[in-house]
Amino acid sequence: MLVVVLEAPWMVRRELLVKAEEGTNPAYGCEPESRPIETYIEFGVAAIDKPPGPTSHEVTAWVKRILGVRRAGHGGTLGTP
Amino acid sequence: MTALLTAGKEYVAVMRLHEPVDEERVREVMAEFVGTIYQRPPLRSSVKRRVRKRRIYYLDVLEVDGQDVLFRVGCEAGVYVRKICFDVGEVLGCGAHMRELRRTRAGPFVEDECATMHDLVEAVMAWREDGDERLIRNVVKPMEKALDHLPKIYIRDSAVDAVCHGAHLAAPGVLSVETGITPGGLVAVMTQKGEAVALAKALMTSEQIVEAQHGLVAKTERVLMPRGVYPRMWRTRG
Repeated sequence: MLVVVLEAPWMVRRELLVKAEEGTNPAYGCEPESRPIETYIEFGVAAIDKPPGPTSHEVTAWVKRILGVRRAGHGGTLGTP
Repeated sequence: MTALLTAGKEYVAVMRLHEPVDEERVREVMAEFVGTIYQRPPLRSSVKRRVRKRRIYYLDVLEVDGQDVLFRVGCEAGVYVRKICFDVGEVLGCGAHMRELRRTRAGPFVEDECATMHDLVEAVMAWREDGDERLIRNVVKPMEKALDHLPKIYIRDSAVDAVCHGAHLAAPGVLSVETGITPGGLVAVMTQKGEAVALAKALMTSEQIVEAQHGLVAKTERVLMPRGVYPRMWRTRG
């Protein structure tokens, strides 16, 4: 039995209200999915199923090294038991 | 990113009751924890231990096996599932504790979309050794994915570089707005191509942003796009 009282943020359906229409110049910027691989990774995010044992800092360092990126942060784990 | 730390979470947990309890009673009590609850963080926690109001979006008791209760819970950031188990035990009178916990969602990231370290290594090997980008583009997602849970404001090309320099977002720069924006709420400022420009705090509702003809609609908090990607089409004030 599922009891749902409040709508979770990821359940919220949003609509787009259009104020004005205008094209975008293909000479600037790039659709995220089409970024060349180095840029794609540099401005990318990876959700890793962390194995128990190593700390999230260690795992982040490994991911950085494996991907060859200079900067990487992590967005949180389960924390203290 | 802090936008992720404050995003809602989902967990699957096992609670161990300290005495046998009728299943119907367990479900009845757990249902009471849905909605707004009050929690003081446990002793072993990294935050200040004051009572906080938190929202439990949903709670699904999956299985009751003797004194073990398997359940799924969706909640606001900063909820201690461990404390929920303890408090359920208090209400039932027999006491209870959390045996096992697994986070199945953090904001827009769900468990089944996660990659293991092995997946990552395989993907990088296929890329570096065979030139195959398919796997790596599956493991790594564009950073915009981390903003899926935030309402978006799409802006003109001409407004992008100013925001990249920290300028707040003004009404004329706005092309479209997603519904559900409230004053003070976090929004993602995006280009027409779907690129993230910045995170901003909205100054008015979605409808008001659409209606506004001048003035600021959102305060830029964290710039995400490097300067110069879009051309400079602004001047300093004065």
